[in-house]
Amino acid sequence: MTEQEFLEYVQSGGQVETDDWMPDDYRAKLVKFIEMHGNSELMGVLPEREWILRAPTLQRKLALTAKVQDEVGHAQLIYRVVEDLGKPREQCLEDLISGKSKFHNVFHYPTETWGDVGVIAWLVDAAAIISQKALLKCSYAPYARIMKKICWEESFHILHGRDVILTMMNGADEQRELVQEALNRWWAPLMQFHGNPISPADDPMFQWRIKSQGNEEARQQFLDGYVPQIWELGLIVPDPKLGKNDEGVWEYTEPDWAELKHVVTGHGPQTAERLELRKTTRAETEWVRRTVLAEAA
Amino acid sequence: MIVYEVFRQERKGQAFAHAGSVGAPDAAFAEAYAREQYGRRGESVALWVVPREAVAEIHEFVDELQKNYHRVDGYPLKEKLKEARERAGTAPPADR
Ligand SMILES: [Fe+2]
Ligand SMILES: [Fe+2]
Repeated sequence: MTEQEFLEYVQSGGQVETDDWMPDDYRAKLVKFIEMHGNSELMGVLPEREWILRAPTLQRKLALTAKVQDEVGHAQLIYRVVEDLGKPREQCLEDLISGKSKFHNVFHYPTETWGDVGVIAWLVDAAAIISQKALLKCSYAPYARIMKKICWEESFHILHGRDVILTMMNGADEQRELVQEALNRWWAPLMQFHGNPISPADDPMFQWRIKSQGNEEARQQFLDGYVPQIWELGLIVPDPKLGKNDEGVWEYTEPDWAELKHVVTGHGPQTAERLELRKTTRAETEWVRRTVLAEAA
Repeated sequence: MIVYEVFRQERKGQAFAHAGSVGAPDAAFAEAYAREQYGRRGESVALWVVPREAVAEIHEFVDELQKNYHRVDGYPLKEKLKEARERAGTAPPADR
């Protein structure tokens, strides 16, 4: 099979297994994309972890702990897929800590209040599930297969997040205020989440059918699904330009793409602190990995 | 690290389906990881955890002897039935 034949194969819906021949560029793009997804699952638990001890009830504490466990589980599944493509998990973690590889923009920001925890579980997970559902059709079959389990668990997270938000919205004015403030903080990163509106024709990830939808398509889907849900609670989306035009397309203020780039390249408000925590815990648990491997040997 | 393939059964009586894999230093850890990864939300009633090395993979099925009697295309009933009906004079009007 030539590279051109391979390209035609994946573009016509063909799927690839681990041992099948694949062009080097395809393998490299796959590793980069899937590794960033794994990094994001792993780094994504840190903003939420900060709130486990401060959760308002035991039920919430347990639900949040379970979500954190799910996300770490997603990271494990995803790194396993990367390993089969040739990059060991240890190397992925090394590159994450050293800042060589990236993770999603939304996990570089602080979680100021319990309102942020609700907004993250509801809307950040909603934005993520849109990308992940599109990966169910990924040309790399082992990745597409684990996405089924991941999407199923993500739907619990949205449920949990929405429940947190609804409880607060039905509570006191101060609680409603916390939600509105959190929404104000998270709206810009959420609008940046699906990436700049590069046309699918110019997006190598789409050309290889690693992704099955373009960035703008994903964002439109997010707006379509969630803006009405935000509005019906009496919350205000902090974008005066936001609205659906006559053709049914959402219009909005141009997101700050420079900020997105700045943040994902390691300059977000919490990037350094969170990577430092990853580094510390990795060093602290080194003896566990050593012992486990020695025991088994 | 050893790679273990995990198969899960969703409900009693159903076929086990491949779910994914876990990396573990030995069978005991593989079992623990598989339980956590593929069973903790009650999504499985049973798991099979198998070292990847133990799975024999076959994906070429050469048919040198053209054994089409194993397959549906070995039985071209449609044409033969048409001929038989014509001979017996029982063919539906469209065929006459
Ligand atoms: Fe996740
Ligand atoms: Fe999630």
